[in-house]
Amino acid sequence: MNDFHKLHDFKLDVLKEVGNIGAGNAATALSRLLDKPIDMTVPRVSLIQFDEIAERVGGSEQVVVAVFLRVEGEAPGNLFFIIEQKSAKAMLNTLLSIQVENEEGYTEMEYSALSEIGNILAGSYLSSLADFTKLSMMPTVPSIAVDMAGAILSFGLLQHGQMGDSALLIDTAFLEGGEAMEGHFFLIPDPESFGKIFQALGVPNE
Amino acid sequence: MTIEQKLIKVGMADLGTAVEGEVIRTTGLGSCVGLTLYDPRTRLAGLAHIMLPTSSIARESTVNIAKYADTAVPELIRRLVYAGAAADRLVAKMAGGAQMFAFAGQSETMRIGPRNVESCRLALLHYAIPIIGEDTGGNYGRTIELDCSSGVLSIRSVQYGSKEL
Repeated sequence: MNDFHKLHDFKLDVLKEVGNIGAGNAATALSRLLDKPIDMTVPRVSLIQFDEIAERVGGSEQVVVAVFLRVEGEAPGNLFFIIEQKSAKAMLNTLLSIQVENEEGYTEMEYSALSEIGNILAGSYLSSLADFTKLSMMPTVPSIAVDMAGAILSFGLLQHGQMGDSALLIDTAFLEGGEAMEGHFFLIPDPESFGKIFQALGVPNE
Repeated sequence: MTIEQKLIKVGMADLGTAVEGEVIRTTGLGSCVGLTLYDPRTRLAGLAHIMLPTSSIARESTVNIAKYADTAVPELIRRLVYAGAAADRLVAKMAGGAQMFAFAGQSETMRIGPRNVESCRLALLHYAIPIIGEDTGGNYGRTIELDCSSGVLSIRSVQYGSKEL
C-alpha cells in the first residue's frame, strides 16, 4: 500500500502545489514579522531515504534549530521548521533587536521567541493548507530543539518507519538576501494522509 | 605513528559489523537506539541503528530487520557468530533513546525513545547478553563510535561534549 514509487508526476505536482501554498503563506508571515522581503524556492517533493533526509540541512550531525509540530486532524503528519544556528541568531537580532551575545547557547527568552516564530509560521502554513484542501489540520503546541539534524528529523519519520525505509517529503526553502538567512519547511504527511489530500483536491485515485 | 583506522558507517535503520583495526559509527541518534555488541577476544563488533521497538507494528511488505529491536539483535548476533565471534562472549553497550521533543499530551509515539531502550533490554536479556555500558534517555541527540581494538564506545552530543563507555 505504500507505493509512493509509482506516484505519477501529476500527483507530485499536486504535492508541490501543496508545499507552495503552505510555504508561500508562511513566507509572507515571516516577511511581515521581520519587515523584510523573503524569497522562497520552488518546493521539492521527493521520496527520500531516511539516511538522506538530514543531508538537506547539512548532514546528520549538523546542529540546527528546529521547531516541531505534530499535525492532527484529517490529514495528520509532521511539520518541521528548520533554521541554521546563524540564521536563528540573525532572526533574533532583527526581531527582538537584541544582539545575541552568547554564540553557543540560547537564553530562555530567545528560545521562547524562536518557538513563537516557528508557531506563527507553521500556523500560517497549515491554515492555508487546510483552506486549500478543506481538510481539518490542527497543529499541536510547538516544541523546539537545538540539536543534530539527524536526531531531530528521525523523530518525524517514525510513522513512515513502520511502512518502509523512505518518506515523502515536501521541502521548501526560503531565503532573506542580505543577511543570508536560510530556513526550511519540511512537511512529512503520515502515509495514510496522502490519499486524503489527493481525494480532497479531486485527484483521481487509481 | 598513527594507525590507519578504517571507518564503517551505519545509517539509520541499518546495521553492520567491523573487525579489529576498524571503527564503527552511527550519527544523529535521537529516539533511535545505537546498540553495539562486542566480542573482546576476537575483537569483532556489530552496531545496529534501531528505530522502532518491535517488528509486530511493521506494515511494510519486506521487513527491514535492522530497524526493529526484536529483529536487529538476533541478526547482529548471527552475523557476528558467522564472522567468528562466540555468542556467549558478547557484551552490549547502547546509547540513544532520547525524547527529542516534550509535549503535554504524551502519546505512545512520543515516548518512542524509552520504548526503544526497553525493547533492546528485553531482547538482550532474551539472548543472555550483559549490558556493560549505557547512556540512554535525556532529550538530546548523540553520535556514537565503537573502536574494535579496545571495545570503547565514544559518545558525542551537542550539549554535553564527549564521553566514553
